[in-house]
Amino acid sequence: MATDSATHQFPLPAILEYPSSTPPELITQGAEGRLYKSTYLLPSIPCALKYRPPKPWRHPVLDARLTRHRILSEARNLAKCRREGVPVPNVYAVDESAGWLMMEWIAGDPVRVAINEWLQRRRDDERAQGRTGDAVVEGKGEADADLVALLRRIGAAVGRMHKVGIVHGDLTTSNMMLKPWERGKEPANGHNVESDGLLEGEIVIIDFGLASQSTSEEDRAVDLYVLERAFASTHPRAEKLFTAILEDAYREAFKQAPVVLKKLEDVRMRGRKRSMLG
Amino acid sequence: MADFSILETIKLEHVPESYSVHVAVFRDVENATYLHQQLLARNADFEYALIDAGVITSRLQVLSAAFKAITVQLAGTMKTPNMHSELVYSLSPTNNISESYRRYGITPTSRNLVIVKIIVTPPVPLAAIAAPEAAETTSAAGTKPPLTAQNVEKHLLTHVQGKPVPFTDQTLSDLTDWGRVRKYYKLNGVGWLDGIKDQAAKNSEMDMLVMGGMALRGV
Repeated sequence: MATDSATHQFPLPAILEYPSSTPPELITQGAEGRLYKSTYLLPSIPCALKYRPPKPWRHPVLDARLTRHRILSEARNLAKCRREGVPVPNVYAVDESAGWLMMEWIAGDPVRVAINEWLQRRRDDERAQGRTGDAVVEGKGEADADLVALLRRIGAAVGRMHKVGIVHGDLTTSNMMLKPWERGKEPANGHNVESDGLLEGEIVIIDFGLASQSTSEEDRAVDLYVLERAFASTHPRAEKLFTAILEDAYREAFKQAPVVLKKLEDVRMRGRKRSMLG
Repeated sequence: MADFSILETIKLEHVPESYSVHVAVFRDVENATYLHQQLLARNADFEYALIDAGVITSRLQVLSAAFKAITVQLAGTMKTPNMHSELVYSLSPTNNISESYRRYGITPTSRNLVIVKIIVTPPVPLAAIAAPEAAETTSAAGTKPPLTAQNVEKHLLTHVQGKPVPFTDQTLSDLTDWGRVRKYYKLNGVGWLDGIKDQAAKNSEMDMLVMGGMALRGV
């Protein structure tokens, strides 16, 4: 994770060396690339810039080719999703030779943060009532309505993405943003105006660095499995609820869902990787 | 005189200090044929991006094209003779250069124009980065008045017979031909757009898709 001292620890990509109203901020550093927050065209338009720096340990020709390929495939997959109405950041600019991709900045918190805050608040409430605060979230009753609605939106977003023939490759609650509703976009139902608002917002799927075009049910099932595992390890108390609601909403959004969910059962039995035999 | 500046000067984020972008919008232009001829004749005094306002949806679309033209020029990978033709080409989501001039650039029948001039101060020796024709035109332009925003504005007011209007999203959207935008940027097959009832929200989604299409050109 990025800390203040990490900012500018690395050389910036050339494009960010040119003047801007606010200095670029290093948001996160991954294995392959870095994500900066900066501005596009005007000081008032925030953007995310994903930069894949040259890897000195690779042969330069191979390195250039891999970087180019990965930047382009991420850009294409984002653009495809956007055109097909899957909520993802819009692509603003690409320079595949320089290894960067500039995208729309998505406001709000990752879904992981929002759910954890919500669970924390719930625990505090339970303790205040003299209970232990580690009860499993059942999804029943008024109190859990917000979480159920959020999980439904996640399932629907993933279903729509699979429907257009994209698999994400690294689906986690950290790779989904909860973007504050825009005017006219809030859902008419399932939208609890009296809640604390922690779980309100549009789901936007981010980080298509490992995404690919695929319509195979195996790949789709692995996407769901990875999300399920990631969810179970970050929010164990809501695991059961998660699986049920997600599958339900996924089924509604995506006609081929039953085959994928059948496959998901196989994947659960053996894990993400296919058998090493044959 | 108008109560707005006819030529708006914009400094883009993440381009070198020496580059400035200047934009004017003219309505009801009477002499598009003449302006078009100057481009065909490669008259260096008319090195502008002359854009048909019908295909423009927003300020950002124009500025995106300018940004792309500048970055491509800096990288030395221009595919057209100069930064201004590159700007017009940048509006296109496809790799067909002559088609991009026809669709996004001025035509003899254009009525409304968005005109962009990118000024580089101090000027870079063009010969080093551009095609030989461009180098010739600079030497010919050696005795001309310096390229400043005032001189550009004066030149436009002398040669463009039309009504200047401010470069705002409002004036641009009045001039947008959504039929052409939808066709050129292949938005007709995008069914979910028609589900958006709020016209402003729909236009801003289309604007986003237009910018995405430009960014993804040929990749």
